[in-house]
Amino acid sequence: MTATPPLPPTPSQTVGPFYGYALPFAGGGDVAPAGHPDTITVHGRVFDGAGAPVPDALLEFWQAGPDGSLAGAPGSLRRDPVTGAVVGRDGVEFTGFARVPTDADGHYALRTLPPGGDAPYLSVCVFARGLMHHLFTRAYLREDAGDALLAGLEPGRRATLIAAAEPGRHRTYRFDIRLQGDEETVFLEYV
Amino acid sequence: MTTSRPAPVPAAAQPPAAVPAQAAPPLLQSDIDREVAERQAAYEKARAAGAPVAHHPPRDYLPYRSSALRHPRQPPAAVSGDPDTAELHGPVFGATDVTELDADLTRQHQGEPLGERITVTGRVLDRDGRPVRGQLVEVWQANASGRYAHQRDQHPAPLDPNFTGVGRCLTDDDGTYTFTTVKPGAYPWRNHLNAWRPAHIHFSFFGTAFTQRLVTQMYFPGDPLFRYDPILSSVTDTSARERLVAAYDHGLSSPEWSLGYRWDVVLDGPSATWIEEGR
Ligand SMILES: [Fe+2]
Repeated sequence: MTATPPLPPTPSQTVGPFYGYALPFAGGGDVAPAGHPDTITVHGRVFDGAGAPVPDALLEFWQAGPDGSLAGAPGSLRRDPVTGAVVGRDGVEFTGFARVPTDADGHYALRTLPPGGDAPYLSVCVFARGLMHHLFTRAYLREDAGDALLAGLEPGRRATLIAAAEPGRHRTYRFDIRLQGDEETVFLEYV
Repeated sequence: MTTSRPAPVPAAAQPPAAVPAQAAPPLLQSDIDREVAERQAAYEKARAAGAPVAHHPPRDYLPYRSSALRHPRQPPAAVSGDPDTAELHGPVFGATDVTELDADLTRQHQGEPLGERITVTGRVLDRDGRPVRGQLVEVWQANASGRYAHQRDQHPAPLDPNFTGVGRCLTDDDGTYTFTTVKPGAYPWRNHLNAWRPAHIHFSFFGTAFTQRLVTQMYFPGDPLFRYDPILSSVTDTSARERLVAAYDHGLSSPEWSLGYRWDVVLDGPSATWIEEGR
């Protein structure tokens, strides 16, 4: 289309510790309409290189809708025009976007609907104080032999991308994120 | 009893009174300066030898001590996208996600915040120079005294009951965002002894693809704290670092009302249109 060189991008800087009033929002992890029978819970903890929980990480999730659509929909942080407060999604449109801070134990939880179509993963973006540039990863809800990313990883590394169904818990998947260390999560670069 | 006092030692050698005798010596600004300079020199040497420009900070950047245990040691796995790659699409936002007042941080309380009223505006573009339209921009910042409305901020500077320091807006058809706020103050932090952050506003941007996600900080021109700050210095490329600094724009200042700053932003990462165009 054009021979001009691409513009140089604006550099990333850490999200820092004080995003609390700005980024998390009420119902940020409630992507599934309330009471939807197909709702799944994806939860886990974020750990640092010493195995300590990260209590001030912010996770964002993006995924296809249950119909496989990647178009998304507005309304993740729908506002009350009277008070300005977030009133949450309208329970009709599937926005595909979640934002969840970790708690003091480094734990997060997300309630959503499984993505439809061929790609059974949630895309995850990790922000934290001390992290200069966010990290991307994926939470796969099933091992997919045909997936090029999973196929290219050795089994131990591949396992870090699998959100495992938790025995004894209804439609609940465990997905921990290890920022550094022996069981370090596989992080992604898009080329 | 002055005769019993030990001979004075140079200020730089005196441990702060609160530090126990056996503790490691405090990390000084001079230690950070040396570490920053080493990394800066290593980057420039690599560039001279033909290494590509590093537009973003390395995640492994020890001068910012909190990075030590929070960066991966393994290289990232490469994902080459196709039209079904979820990350080449992304979340969308609309009129229901913001209110008119959200872009004016000076009108969120009963009274007006203290400080120097400013307008910050700019365009959000992709790397091909196309405007990013109708996307969410979020900001947060300290008040004019350098204090965040956050209970973990213990800096003994006054809170301002008329300032939360949070805003959001959608970019318009030209990719433009605009915020009215007050200029944030510099603030201390505990990375090392006498560490101070230059005044900055935190920004969050979405592009047309999730891969274009950006969280960053905007700085004010001419701040004397730039050279002491390991977070800004983590961007080792000098021209990349300069892209984090807004320009004072007198044409954006309003007579007897506010000062104007311009800061344009370019989102990195493959966008959905890269795929559509077969790149
Ligand atoms: Fe800050």
